[in-house]
Amino acid sequence: MAWNLKEDLRDCLVAAAPYGGPIALLKNNFRKEKSLGSRPLLEIYSASGVPLASVLWKSGQVVQLGWTASEDLLCIQEDGTVLIYNLFCEFKRHFSMGNEVLQNHVREAKVFHTEYGTGVAILTGAHRFSLTTNIDDLKLRRMPEVPGLQKLPSCWAVLSQDRVTIILLAVGQDLYLLDNTSCSVVTPPGISAHAGAYVQMAVSFNYRYLALFTDTGSIWMGTSSLKEKLGEFSCDFRAPPRQMVWCTRPRSKQRAVVVAWDRRLLVAGNSKECIQFVLDEDSYLVPELDGVRIFSCTTHEFLHEIPEASEEIFKIASMAPGALLLEAQREYEKQSQKADEYLREIKDQNLLAEAVRQCIEAAGYEHEPETQKSLLRAASFGKCFLDKFPSESFVWTCRDLRVLNAIRDYQIGIPLTFAQYKQLTIEVLLDRLVLRRLYPLAIKICEYLRLSEFQGVSRILAHWACYKVQQKDKSDEEVAHAINQKLGDTPGISYSEIAARAYDCGRTELAIKLLEYEPRSGEQVPLLLKMKKSQLALNKAIESGDTDLVYTVVLHLKNELNRGTFFMTLQKQPVALSLYRQFCKHQELETLKDLYNQDDDHQELGNFHVHSSYSSEKRIEGRVGALQNAVDEYYKAKNEFAAKATEDQIKLLRMQRRLQDELDKPYVDYSLHDTVYSLILDGNHKRAEQLYRDFRIPDKRFWWLKISALAEREDWEEMEKFSKSKKSPIGYLPFVEICMKHHNRHEAKKYAARVTPEQRVKAHILVRELDQAADAAIEHKNENEMNLVLSKCTAATDSLVVEKINRAKAQTLKK
Amino acid sequence: LSLSLSVTRIHIGLTLKFRGRDVRKSPAIVWDEYLTGPFGLIAQYSLLKEHEVEKMFTLKAGRLPPADVKNIIFLVRPRLELMDIIAENVLSEDRVRSPLRDFHILFVPRRSLLCEQRLKDQGVLGSFIHREQYSLDLIPFDGDLLSMESESAFKECYLENDQTSLYQAAKGLMTLQALYGTIPQIFGKGDCARHVANMMIRMKREFPGGQNSIFPIFDTLLLLDRNVDLLSPLATQLTYEGLIDEIYGIQNTYVKLPPEKFAPKKQGEGGKDLPTEPKKLQLNSAEELYAEIRDKNFNAVGSVLSKKAKIISAAFEERHHAKTVGEIKQFVSQLPHMQAARSSLANHTSIAELIKDITSKYPFQYSTYASEDFFDNLTVEQEFMSGIDTDKVNNYTEDCIAQKHPLIKILRLVCLQSVCNSGLKQKVLDHYKREILQTYGYEHILTLNNLEKAGLLKLQTSSRNNYPTIRKTMRLWMDDVNEQNPNDISYVYSGYAPLSVRLAQLLARPGWRSIEEVLKMLPGPHFEERQQLPTGLQKKRQQGENRVTLVFFLGGVTYAEIAALRFLSQMEDGGTEYVIATTKLINGTNWIKSLMEKLEPPPF
Repeated sequence: MAWNLKEDLRDCLVAAAPYGGPIALLKNNFRKEKSLGSRPLLEIYSASGVPLASVLWKSGQVVQLGWTASEDLLCIQEDGTVLIYNLFCEFKRHFSMGNEVLQNHVREAKVFHTEYGTGVAILTGAHRFSLTTNIDDLKLRRMPEVPGLQKLPSCWAVLSQDRVTIILLAVGQDLYLLDNTSCSVVTPPGISAHAGAYVQMAVSFNYRYLALFTDTGSIWMGTSSLKEKLGEFSCDFRAPPRQMVWCTRPRSKQRAVVVAWDRRLLVAGNSKECIQFVLDEDSYLVPELDGVRIFSCTTHEFLHEIPEASEEIFKIASMAPGALLLEAQREYEKQSQKADEYLREIKDQNLLAEAVRQCIEAAGYEHEPETQKSLLRAASFGKCFLDKFPSESFVWTCRDLRVLNAIRDYQIGIPLTFAQYKQLTIEVLLDRLVLRRLYPLAIKICEYLRLSEFQGVSRILAHWACYKVQQKDKSDEEVAHAINQKLGDTPGISYSEIAARAYDCGRTELAIKLLEYEPRSGEQVPLLLKMKKSQLALNKAIESGDTDLVYTVVLHLKNELNRGTFFMTLQKQPVALSLYRQFCKHQELETLKDLYNQDDDHQELGNFHVHSSYSSEKRIEGRVGALQNAVDEYYKAKNEFAAKATEDQIKLLRMQRRLQDELDKPYVDYSLHDTVYSLILDGNHKRAEQLYRDFRIPDKRFWWLKISALAEREDWEEMEKFSKSKKSPIGYLPFVEICMKHHNRHEAKKYAARVTPEQRVKAHILVRELDQAADAAIEHKNENEMNLVLSKCTAATDSLVVEKINRAKAQTLKK
Repeated sequence: LSLSLSVTRIHIGLTLKFRGRDVRKSPAIVWDEYLTGPFGLIAQYSLLKEHEVEKMFTLKAGRLPPADVKNIIFLVRPRLELMDIIAENVLSEDRVRSPLRDFHILFVPRRSLLCEQRLKDQGVLGSFIHREQYSLDLIPFDGDLLSMESESAFKECYLENDQTSLYQAAKGLMTLQALYGTIPQIFGKGDCARHVANMMIRMKREFPGGQNSIFPIFDTLLLLDRNVDLLSPLATQLTYEGLIDEIYGIQNTYVKLPPEKFAPKKQGEGGKDLPTEPKKLQLNSAEELYAEIRDKNFNAVGSVLSKKAKIISAAFEERHHAKTVGEIKQFVSQLPHMQAARSSLANHTSIAELIKDITSKYPFQYSTYASEDFFDNLTVEQEFMSGIDTDKVNNYTEDCIAQKHPLIKILRLVCLQSVCNSGLKQKVLDHYKREILQTYGYEHILTLNNLEKAGLLKLQTSSRNNYPTIRKTMRLWMDDVNEQNPNDISYVYSGYAPLSVRLAQLLARPGWRSIEEVLKMLPGPHFEERQQLPTGLQKKRQQGENRVTLVFFLGGVTYAEIAALRFLSQMEDGGTEYVIATTKLINGTNWIKSLMEKLEPPPF
């Protein structure tokens, strides 16, 4: 042991965590006089005795120490308060075991582990039990009274059966079982009538077995359900033992109990014989899954049943295949031909695979690297002579042993056995290394075992970073930089979690710096908002591109800031501004106007007014008013065109209103085109002309418009008059088309005669005078036109035309 | 490759199943009508039925139809106006009967705080037991085509500076990469492309668990802003599929056609029972014939159809030669396939006839306004694209306005001219605008403003017109186009080679460095990013193995552009296969429509 203890262990309150866990000592606890100089001292050591931390105890009287499954130290005080410390004596939190306990004081306490978590059981001065099965989800249970109990029980234990936690207690020669509701007297089966009073009891690691020690020196062993007796042993010592624990191995048939007195250790099992050891100094027993750890001031040992594989191999003169293989390999190294003999012997029995398996298994149980190596070498040697031996078990054992050897090093001090390691799982082991702040080792192990980054390295780095932010002696810059250097862009790192930790420690600036490294904006933004860094949150939200996130912040800002500042903020963020505009478009039209106003965006303001002249104004005057506003804004925006157009619109609207009143027909919201059309259709040519002039409708369009309307009105007379009013700016083909559209071939023909020569063919085709069309085409000597005419000909009716064209085409070809 | 994309379909389908189970038993689904189309592509109605979806309704204002169900799921896009309808539904529900039903809301593709706030304001947020999202980012439309079907993506990105759809696109690309491996190379052109690439790189860092260990299917991702190539959607598409879309509009692979041509030809009945319901057809590559002709220039479709007709009738003739029982049996076994082929041929012959009536160079009769001048319109478009008279007021356009042709047609022409001239001179622009406002109404001033903001319509600022340089360098206009057996992508517009696809083509060979100058003339930055792959996943290309490029059109893609990319995929010496993704399948008409401001005059 690396520690340098001056005190005897017996003078200290001791608690050692299972699975090679840490050891806590509370010194000076039993001294009654509480002078300043002799305050109790709480010390925590690794299992190898390396001091981890110590703290001067300033709270109340401690009755019991115990470790939780996650290696936190529980200090149970006399007043029922339980204080929780971490491995480094840093206070985490506390809770109370209830008023009853507070009044009657804690006389004895036990910490126990079940599938629910870590529990605490208390025996109070009123001889009542209280317990909780999970300190992380505190539910206090007061157990029923034991009838007639006038003094403290001589011994008691917590049992867990079928997920129910119960208490077994002994008073003299009586055993009581306390469950949630009742108290019953029980008798262990097969116990001799003269066994005497119970003075000590032990429950196995898995709660399956129970051992009872009586004042006659008799040890009863059986199942904890008290239904079966496994054996009884009678020893010569009657003094109550200091400790009694089970020493078994999972899946083994052998069961033994280790009993310790001050200077004596006795191992008793299902046999008449027992093994005795002499203890040189004060020792403390720690029950483990597969054995018992025994430590004293100077040593730390592991007592366990020899596993079958090891026994087979190392038994003196063993002829087991594993033993032979080990021997064969040794001979082989000595370059002796005996290697072959041994090998042959195994192979003849067809046991080589078994031999390799044994060696691999046995290697796992060994603590001494040299022994591990020689066993593994033997396995590897044997494997060479096998065809299909799956290599996984060998590879994995090598890897696991490498990890185990590393953590068993006294500087790390986690003496896990192979079985414990498998039970614990690598994930939990890594957690424990992290708890001890052994980050580099944990990372090395992850890399060595090739765990995925997400499960392994990233997680450990994140823990490291969370620890790092608590180092108050370093500046924010240093810490942030150091963290980023280590973590970089490692996938799966949550910088926001680290930042949240920093913020919890009151280091807002550091948190912000760390958040800079967080790639997931979805994570950054809420924390920034929580830290009231909304501007920054806005930046981050925009960077992410997630518009919903931007909305989140914008609406948050809207509530947080006054309107002016809010607008100013948005102004600096065009993306947010556009999104907010969209929001306003649907939700708050007036705000939209204010936004444009603030930006002096006159174009958009103009558009806004145009919009409202349609959507919010109903009466003509209101609409004209809105449009007038639009005109003003368009002018301010130097959009001459839009301003003029809108002025025209106002003019038109007013005029339509007048027309509507005068002619009693709806005109409002017709386009200019439709208004004029409608006027012509009704024969109001004067007014139509008026509009034509007022709005400077281009001639071409007016002519199109007028002839279309006249044709629809079938006012052929007026159309002819119009066609002669001056030279048509659109030519006369449109006249032909429009007449034909209204099925007036007669009128159409009139205009067909007036079209320009280039359009003549088309015009004749339109009025279905293919013969004349052909003539025109031939006259033009235009082959395309001739083809066009041809395509319109039908063989039945137009054979003459076809003939004519073909002749003409032939002639042109000749030339 | 098409096989692997259909995995996405299944993947999404399964997720939906799971979702359905989430909300206990026998729910009724209230659909946002817009979603029924896209959802139809991934989860058939029958599939939903199997998963105990009791009833389906369309989301409508007012009261929900009565249905004896415990759970009601609203399946909606995150839009405020839909929230109002839902609120109305929920509120009127409570008034009629005691609150017996449970409400749930499933946002597609993303939950939105804004919408939840709206529901809260309306006082109904608490009524929803579950509020979830269904991340339907990219919907498989065909073996090589994915679309987000976000109808207003272009408007939001380029007009309103709302990049929600880009975020969704980046998310979709991440999902795609999770399924098909990290794409090692990313190229892009345009501001939105840059933004999406940035978000992708960012999101990659956010992914926990590190490297994606899937062998990458795509070699390259090309992100293209729609505003890099505003021209292609404005021009009339001349592929078979493109024309169907231009004329009838394809929605979620379905098209509705006038029924006359599809009347069952039975003798004796005459024209008595002409169907009145439009004929609805699904169009995708699962149909053998359609796969063959969809991307051909329409002028090349006729010959294929007649060839097919001969083959099929020859196949049917076979029965006369079938003598032995065995031969007859074999013939019969092929019948279903032949009959399917025959009905497919009949359908497409009818469609081709319909289109022919409209596009025919020599229309026999001036029947309808819209159809009479398809050819004239096309001629003008082609003049603009080849750079003829783009700087003055166009007579044809003027005449069309004077005859009040559909506004969208006019806007397409004017915008096309503007784009082909790098903007119009003030006088020309103002003239067009005035003509439009006077003819179609002053309310369109806002639409015109939108088009200007989007860059579709603009004032020529510099005296230089860049378009001819771009046209020449990128060979956007090809005079000797071969429509029947094309040797260049320009066949899809009978002369014009879509700029967007040219960019993709030049990227593959010889690389963008060769057109650096032109790239600078096009809006937005161009860039290249590399995503590191673990060494095990790096491709060792075999001789003759094609590279696979995913082209993502931000702001929409037309069928003609898709056809051009497919043409490049099929080129023997092309060396690159293309898969296409987009925010929305568009054509000039629905694209311009999405940019129009709808101002309804108040009721007087």
